[in-house]
Amino acid sequence: MACEGNGPLLHGYLDGELDLVRTLEFEEHLKTCADCAAELREQQVIRQSLRSSNLYERAPETLQSRIRAPLQAGDVQRKVVPIPRRSVLAWFAAAAAVVFAFILGGRLIPQLGTGQQTNLIAQEIVASHIRSLQPGHLFDVQSTDQHTVKPWFDGKIDFAPPVVDLASEGFPLVGGRLDYVDGRPVSALVYRRRLHYINVFIWPSAEGQNATAAVQVREGYNILHWTRGGMTFWAVSDLAGDELKTFADLLRK
Amino acid sequence: MGEQLQPGQAAGFEQIVLPHLDAAYNLARWLVRNTQDAEDIVQESYLRAFKFFGGYQGGDARAWLLKIVRNTSYSFLEKNRPADLTEEFDETIHTAAAGRPDAEAALVQSADSRMLREALDKLPVSYREVLVLRELEGMSYKEIAEVMGVPIGTVMSGLARGRGQLRECLLRARDQEAQRGVRR
Repeated sequence: MACEGNGPLLHGYLDGELDLVRTLEFEEHLKTCADCAAELREQQVIRQSLRSSNLYERAPETLQSRIRAPLQAGDVQRKVVPIPRRSVLAWFAAAAAVVFAFILGGRLIPQLGTGQQTNLIAQEIVASHIRSLQPGHLFDVQSTDQHTVKPWFDGKIDFAPPVVDLASEGFPLVGGRLDYVDGRPVSALVYRRRLHYINVFIWPSAEGQNATAAVQVREGYNILHWTRGGMTFWAVSDLAGDELKTFADLLRK
Repeated sequence: MGEQLQPGQAAGFEQIVLPHLDAAYNLARWLVRNTQDAEDIVQESYLRAFKFFGGYQGGDARAWLLKIVRNTSYSFLEKNRPADLTEEFDETIHTAAAGRPDAEAALVQSADSRMLREALDKLPVSYREVLVLRELEGMSYKEIAEVMGVPIGTVMSGLARGRGQLRECLLRARDQEAQRGVRR
């Protein structure tokens, strides 16, 4: 074993990371310290073994193509979200459950859930919501004044999100933020209900219809999605589903 | 959260970040010790990297990507295998293997990949991490410090501890093989 206090230095020396002065000092020390000299030789043996081993794990070909395919397709902006194997299984399970329910209930369930793209966006929405709750990530502009928050977005995005304060209804606006969802910059408005935060993501909608909202649950968060006035809205929170629905109804007024 | 991907950056992403796929996979695989999970983590890391590529300021793309990979790996472990993060090295047999005169020769004999692999897999995750970045990935202390988000001094002391533990593991494994050989 290296002698007391010289352990880290020995490794800095082994790695060629000591400055000139400390290198010379340590070489002097090596001449008189048999323990350090032995330790150094042993560690050189281990290093040599590691370097000539096959321990380096190269990425499997399949992983390369899984990551490359959407990039090479040239449609990166929208399709970069790959479908993990597990969610293919989950879809299969969901489909099986629907068929099973159909057999049991003897009638067709009206809708098989939202489309796959929507499902991927929902994943991103939840991820963005969770990240926004990490310290320092909630706002770019912190203000309860809609007339401060709305102009803040000017020049940062190419659309003007509708910003309303719902403080009198118990959902005060607390700020806004730029975020990135579905391959594009989006506006995120942050509202509060008691101790719960609600993120509302807004961007121009490709869907023409004024689709209505249905609550989804994902990783314990409630999500609502609707489109209105050419904008698509996603609200996400740990707030109870019915309260989130109330909030969405207020926003859509 | 001001990072946005500008049009045309996708090509840059492919040129700058994709070449480090092996490095990303190697690190994830050694941190989570499972190929399937490593693939998922790398895929998620690339997704995050792509998302935040607008905030990439140039410089060491490998370190930038590996920082994302290690953070994604640790989040995965916290969520799915918290015990992995608190594993400690069993140092009770420590003194038996220390300071023995035949250590160097024994280490030469324990140099095969299987024994090295098993020994490295047994180390606590943070030592495994620093060793993989240094010995397999060949990174400098400065680069490792950037990936792990720690001072350079911490990298050096982490390597000292990690290599000490790896040495103990290899010597123990060598002793066990030798005993089996005698019994046979």
